Amino acid sequence: MDEKDLLLLRLLEENSKLSQEELAVMTELSGEEVKCRVAALEEAKIIRSYTTIIDWERAANGGVAAIIELKVNPERDYGYDRIADRLSKFREVKSLRLVTGVYDLQLHVTGKTMQDVARFVSEYIAPMDRIRETATHIIMKTYKENGQNFCEKEAGDRIPYSP
Amino acid sequence: MRDFVSQRAKVIPPSGIRKFFDLALTMEEVISLGVGEPDFSTPWNLCEASIYSIEQGGTSYTPNRGIQPLREAVSRWLFSHYGVGYNPDTEMVITTGVSEGLDIAIRAVTDPGDEIVIAEPSYVSYSPCVTLAGGIPVPVECMEKDRFKLKADRLMEALSPKTKALIINFPNNPTGAVMGREDLKAISDVVIDHDLLLITDEVYSELTYTGTHASAAAIEGLQERTILLNGFSKAYAMTGWRIGYLCAPKNICDAALKIHQYVMLCAPAMGQVAALEGLRRGEDEKNRMVQEYRVRRNLFVEGLNRIGLPCHLPEGAFYAFPSVEKTGLSDLEFAEQLLKDEHVAVVPGSVLGQGGKNHLRCAYAVSRKDLAEAIKRMAHFIATNSR
Repeated sequence: MDEKDLLLLRLLEENSKLSQEELAVMTELSGEEVKCRVAALEEAKIIRSYTTIIDWERAANGGVAAIIELKVNPERDYGYDRIADRLSKFREVKSLRLVTGVYDLQLHVTGKTMQDVARFVSEYIAPMDRIRETATHIIMKTYKENGQNFCEKEAGDRIPYSP
Repeated sequence: MRDFVSQRAKVIPPSGIRKFFDLALTMEEVISLGVGEPDFSTPWNLCEASIYSIEQGGTSYTPNRGIQPLREAVSRWLFSHYGVGYNPDTEMVITTGVSEGLDIAIRAVTDPGDEIVIAEPSYVSYSPCVTLAGGIPVPVECMEKDRFKLKADRLMEALSPKTKALIINFPNNPTGAVMGREDLKAISDVVIDHDLLLITDEVYSELTYTGTHASAAAIEGLQERTILLNGFSKAYAMTGWRIGYLCAPKNICDAALKIHQYVMLCAPAMGQVAALEGLRRGEDEKNRMVQEYRVRRNLFVEGLNRIGLPCHLPEGAFYAFPSVEKTGLSDLEFAEQLLKDEHVAVVPGSVLGQGGKNHLRCAYAVSRKDLAEAIKRMAHFIATNSR
């Protein structure tokens, strides 16, 4: 992992649609080098997937998203890993993290309606063994996601010329 | 009634880009490569520091020289980055942008009739500031065949017994040229042999893409005869805050400080706070911006060469300086017609002094999307207008 790899990662994180040729010009590498480096980063599972950041609120799809906090009794020998593994298998769970603080696991869950999310939590998550407590926070507005500012105003007018 | 305008004000030429400016303002969807400033907003932690200082009542004059913590931070930063040591209490003034630093530097050293040699093509202010100070600007051309570096033999030709100082600016606006240690060493021999003062405007120092910046003040024997100008506008995306600094040997610094006291009093207080935050906790954000400029440079210069506007790869600043010679149009014709036909604003090189003819200054401090669109429009323009 060197500076060029880091630059490739930064460029791809920002726009995964960049072509091999574009990346080559941008990073001062040859097309072949870009190809090899990206393949190696994929192989090492540093690049996990190529995705798109969508402002679903703007897409007016009517979907609902929630942050769910779970207090969990960890398991001897396994800690939180086995329960995290089970939780992560649900399609509704978009992200899952073990965190420090007053609760243990944090889930990002999506559903079509608020009832969907509530049902998912009460029927699947809350009854699981070892889950002591759940707290569901419906997301009301997303201001920033993955470094993308959804609410940023257009920058002020710049003058067209300056010395 | 008498004509009240002074001769000095009359003889300085109006800005060569004024008419383009007026024209661009009447147009829609202009992509401007004409602005010499970052398109990034000032990093937010710098703004926060400044806002907090205003909330705490930090809206007064500061000491003339600038606030002590900022001068100390600049002094440490110059030493750790470029290996030059300046006493923050006696050899430094915080200025209202490098523009003010330049003006007071020139006024502090120029007597009527002194010749001040200016390496061109260059930023447009140098020559008028010399004229306003009663000096005589003498251009020395940096040639394209030398990758727009200043060469000792060219410099020698521009000298006369009246020459007092040399003004250089590397990384250069508008060519993007950089002078390494060896390049500067060659110039320093001439400067020392002819007992000249060097005024070095290094405002683009942090925008150096190959290796690290060599400060002229760090060249052996030069610091005692150098005025170093630098500032926060370019590296920290702080153009509107107007914060720069002047460093010089004590006797010259004292003279510049006197002028600064009378004409400016002090640099903006809230800007000084933001600049201090930049030096303390702005390095990562600055590096991120510099990396992005480099990516854009690579894309844009590749694009220019591809569409038939030959352009060397600039090693610093955020300007590309392609030649339009092959199109059969002059730089002024090209720039004006390109603006009218394709709504792309660039600066014709002629207005930037000797050596600028037949070139365009294109600032690539705009988004990659706009750069790609500009290349597309320029390609269309060349296809329809080349002679």
